[in-house]
Amino acid sequence: MTTDVADRDDVAHRADRVRTRRRGGLETTQWVALAFAAPLLVYLLGFYVYPLLRSVDLSVHDYTVRAFVQGDAEFVGLSNYREVISSPLFGKAIMNTVVFVGGSLIFQYAIGLALAVFFRSSFRLSGVLRALFLVPWLLPLIVSGSVWAWMMNSESGVVNFLLGIVGVDPINWLTSPDTAMLAVVIANIWLGIPFNLVILYSGLQNIPEDLYEAASLDGAGSGKQFWSITFPLLRPVTAITLLLGLVYTLKVVDIIWVMTTGGPADASTTLAIWSYREAFGTGRPDMSPAAAVGNILIVIALLCGLLYTYVQRRQEES
Amino acid sequence: MMHRRPWWKTVLGVVLTALMLFPVYWMLNVSFTQTGNLRSSPPHLLPLEPTLEGYRAALAQQLPNLGTSLLIGLGCVAMTLVIAAPAAYAMALLHLRGRGTLNFLLLVAQMLPAVVMAMGFYAIYVRMGLLNTVWGLILADSTIAVPFGVLLLAAFMAGLPRELMQASRIDGAGAWTAFTSIVLPLSRNSLITVSLFAFLWAWSDFIFASTLARNSALIPVTLGIYNYIGNNTTQWNAIMATAVIASVPAAFLLIAAQRYVAAGVTAGAVKD
Repeated sequence: MTTDVADRDDVAHRADRVRTRRRGGLETTQWVALAFAAPLLVYLLGFYVYPLLRSVDLSVHDYTVRAFVQGDAEFVGLSNYREVISSPLFGKAIMNTVVFVGGSLIFQYAIGLALAVFFRSSFRLSGVLRALFLVPWLLPLIVSGSVWAWMMNSESGVVNFLLGIVGVDPINWLTSPDTAMLAVVIANIWLGIPFNLVILYSGLQNIPEDLYEAASLDGAGSGKQFWSITFPLLRPVTAITLLLGLVYTLKVVDIIWVMTTGGPADASTTLAIWSYREAFGTGRPDMSPAAAVGNILIVIALLCGLLYTYVQRRQEES
Repeated sequence: MMHRRPWWKTVLGVVLTALMLFPVYWMLNVSFTQTGNLRSSPPHLLPLEPTLEGYRAALAQQLPNLGTSLLIGLGCVAMTLVIAAPAAYAMALLHLRGRGTLNFLLLVAQMLPAVVMAMGFYAIYVRMGLLNTVWGLILADSTIAVPFGVLLLAAFMAGLPRELMQASRIDGAGAWTAFTSIVLPLSRNSLITVSLFAFLWAWSDFIFASTLARNSALIPVTLGIYNYIGNNTTQWNAIMATAVIASVPAAFLLIAAQRYVAAGVTAGAVKD
């Protein structure tokens, strides 16, 4: 999409320059364009750059509630970062983040792909059913989170009731450190399936039908067709889907916070949850370490983001 | 295979969809359950004795919050369109220099964790007195949709026929006329898509609401649900009734505006 815009623009741009030069060198069009883009540029400075600078500022000072109001926080350099990294919670939060993101992505993708393949051939009602699969994606996260929390309630939850029918003992999903992470991952997989289904489904539409026809003439079964046609040809879409999923899953707060608030005993505390809790989750806001954790998270997200744009650019070139 | 339309696929599809939507069904089921039956074992799988208790309690307590959410959603739509549409026009049709960089920055902006943004906004709002105000929340919530809006509109506008633009002179007045009388009307569908998503995301926001407006007199419904869970754990029928009401915009999108949703997903591939 980006190169497409750029290509068209390149041609038009050259034409433009010719036109403006004829008018006497004044690049009127650029001033006009700038005027139209000005609100956005001001907005980006005010609502992205400035808050980001403030969060960096928070992380290199020692902000207490009092210092917040008076604006005289002490400059402490990188000591907040040192404190955070040497905290016993740091390793745990990293591990939890890896498990949460990894577990969510693998299953979201696998289930999304299976469903996309299933929906590929149209059948009666397939359009309606595929649309219904979007529902979890459109619900407010707080709604989904509270529904799952109630479903996974130890005593009155329907999940334990259904498991009881097949002979499984009740599980303390949200109140046991052993299962809290599993519980939030399950809820998050459910949330991510629609996104994976939609993207992978539209990727499947771009694989030419005659490839499959040729393959079945050669006697390849549907399993072989999947592994030798669908999966390899879908690789670019797979890369984009997983990378986008990665960037968005890294920063998830709502769903975990509603279900477990990161507990019990930090069992479901990811980096994002840790940052949120330090800053806003307790009665006593501790902004400076929270900002340090948050900025570490930004660095990780940006590295993934760079990887994403790199992969996207390479695909558009090929 | 395309033409045989095997019936077993429809059956399997219905079963899979039912499995997927079970949590949504459960939300509806619990919302109609009588308070006394909420913790009965086994749970009532069907709302055989439906009651509106939950909805009465929800409406009595959450109606102002729903109004606040509506206001915030509409404010964000206005904010997003006013900023995104002219910028997209400049990038796609007026050949703004540096638009490649701008494109990249917008992609990056979408990837910033909301927690960190919330802390930055908090620090700024404390000083400016914008904490716990609806206006402050609208400004913060708009950051969820503006980059998406610019990218989607720019992608659409870049596909408009060039001849339309060349007809009008590209000086200030000409560009403005072309923008309002040609480009905006032709971009109607994309503008609707962007508006719908801006509304839905602002309506669904919890992080900014819970950090920037938690002691506000006017709180959005997401925060209402959250406070509800914290305050009384017994009235889950009322909590679920609120959740059902809070899902109405999503249901509307799915039923009335499905093609715009599909356009948003495939063009932007974005979800916060």
